[in-house]
Amino acid sequence: MKEFDYRRADDVSGAVALLGDDPDARYLGGGTNLVDLMKSGVERPARLVDVRTLPLDRIEPADDGGLRIGATVTNSDLAAHPGIRNRYPALAQAVLAGASGQLRNMATVGGNLLQRTRCGYFTDVSKPCNKRVPGSGCPAVEGEHHNHAVLGASEHCVAVHPSDMGVALTAFDAVVSYETADGAAELPLADLYLPVGETPHRETALPPGALITGVTLPPARVAARSRYRKVRERASYAFAIGSVAAALDVSGGVVREARLAFGAVASRPWRAHTAERVLTGAPATAEYFAAAADAELAAARPLPDNGYKVTLMRNLVVAVLSELAEEAAR
Amino acid sequence: MATSTSSTVTLNINGEKHTLSVDHRTTLLDALRERLDLTGTKKGCDQGQCGACTVLVDGRRTVSCLQLAVASDAREITTVEGLAEGDRLHPVQQAFLDLDGFQCGYCTPGQICSAVAVIEEHAAGWPSAATGDVRPEAGPPALTPEEIRERMSGNLCRCGAYVQIVQAVARAAAETRTETEEAAA
Repeated sequence: MKEFDYRRADDVSGAVALLGDDPDARYLGGGTNLVDLMKSGVERPARLVDVRTLPLDRIEPADDGGLRIGATVTNSDLAAHPGIRNRYPALAQAVLAGASGQLRNMATVGGNLLQRTRCGYFTDVSKPCNKRVPGSGCPAVEGEHHNHAVLGASEHCVAVHPSDMGVALTAFDAVVSYETADGAAELPLADLYLPVGETPHRETALPPGALITGVTLPPARVAARSRYRKVRERASYAFAIGSVAAALDVSGGVVREARLAFGAVASRPWRAHTAERVLTGAPATAEYFAAAADAELAAARPLPDNGYKVTLMRNLVVAVLSELAEEAAR
Repeated sequence: MATSTSSTVTLNINGEKHTLSVDHRTTLLDALRERLDLTGTKKGCDQGQCGACTVLVDGRRTVSCLQLAVASDAREITTVEGLAEGDRLHPVQQAFLDLDGFQCGYCTPGQICSAVAVIEEHAAGWPSAATGDVRPEAGPPALTPEEIRERMSGNLCRCGAYVQIVQAVARAAAETRTETEEAAA
């Protein structure tokens, strides 16, 4: 590991000032991803600005009736919070489906959104990777890609975003707050991640030096009946090969509102707007759930070894929406 | 800005304060083992994937291989060496011994620290991925074998002592509940 300077910030503006416009400086939250990447040489920061002890560790009611989650709230505290479990159960389930108890105690909400892909070529500095070394190539396209993207990827990068939390936050229209030297600003989580295109190394729309300070969930009645389901290659403590966050409001057998987002299929949590449009006003039956999934997945461009994800996601959508519809009918 | 690649930190470990100068690259795990001779905490994968290095930081289980020592300044750290009260083992330690919750023993300190926290997390009403209904109105989940397996999934045992580990955690949790109830009565 390269030697580095370490500073601990007392407040948000102090943290932003400590980082400055230094491209070799990084904010340190729980460190569960960053420290690991520093050990493997993927990240080689000259300075860490520790933001873990900033007073951003609360979950509070927002003015519009939603909830504001501070950026340093740990995954554990988020998943245990009664308001989250009651009003946005799929978010609690998503967080609990990720990592291990130890890692959830360390990891923070802000860091979760900015964690890097676990693509084996990205994490191995002896291999080319357009995300890590722009222009060096993407061996995954013709190599090991059974867990790579089927939606929104490009020939330059087919890596997936690994977050579970982000999938549920995307389904619930979360808004990200951040701070720069120019002050506070926000952007919808849907706009946080940039399209892959020819620049997979440019991952987010955050300005240089920005510090995520929190995530706000708008009020959403539909979210009270929601579910996160994750498929992985073992029963626990593994990244998703496909996941769905879904919420459903059904009345008289007809879908009034649906929320749907996919994980582990794209470079970002994938909001399934096309499927939501098909669902709205449709009968709440497996037939229409499948049609909605097919409409969303029509854009899928699988590689030779990850076509199974298209089938998997279709089946997941039908299963999760059917369970929610059944629950609503009870 | 003046830069420095090492700092003086005070680590509060098992109730005892240790002040030392650390290279910023030092993990809490390496500080415990290499600097303070607290070798109960084990290095397994050194990547946060196996749980052998689990300790409690401010009461919460943490993998010490991904925790920088410099970021642990002034926090309360409990290692496996700090669980017993004199000669009286912690209920989790005693249960692992009585029920053969290990074979080679390498993962055991991490398993035990993790299990201590699992029992506390469960007592605090935290749900897990094995909890059917996470809504508060559903009430706290019972600590079934399925719940224990899920909650302990961050601790790998290559000998495969999982069956006995689950039994040991269940027994220690039941004893802890009884003690709490007796203290309240």
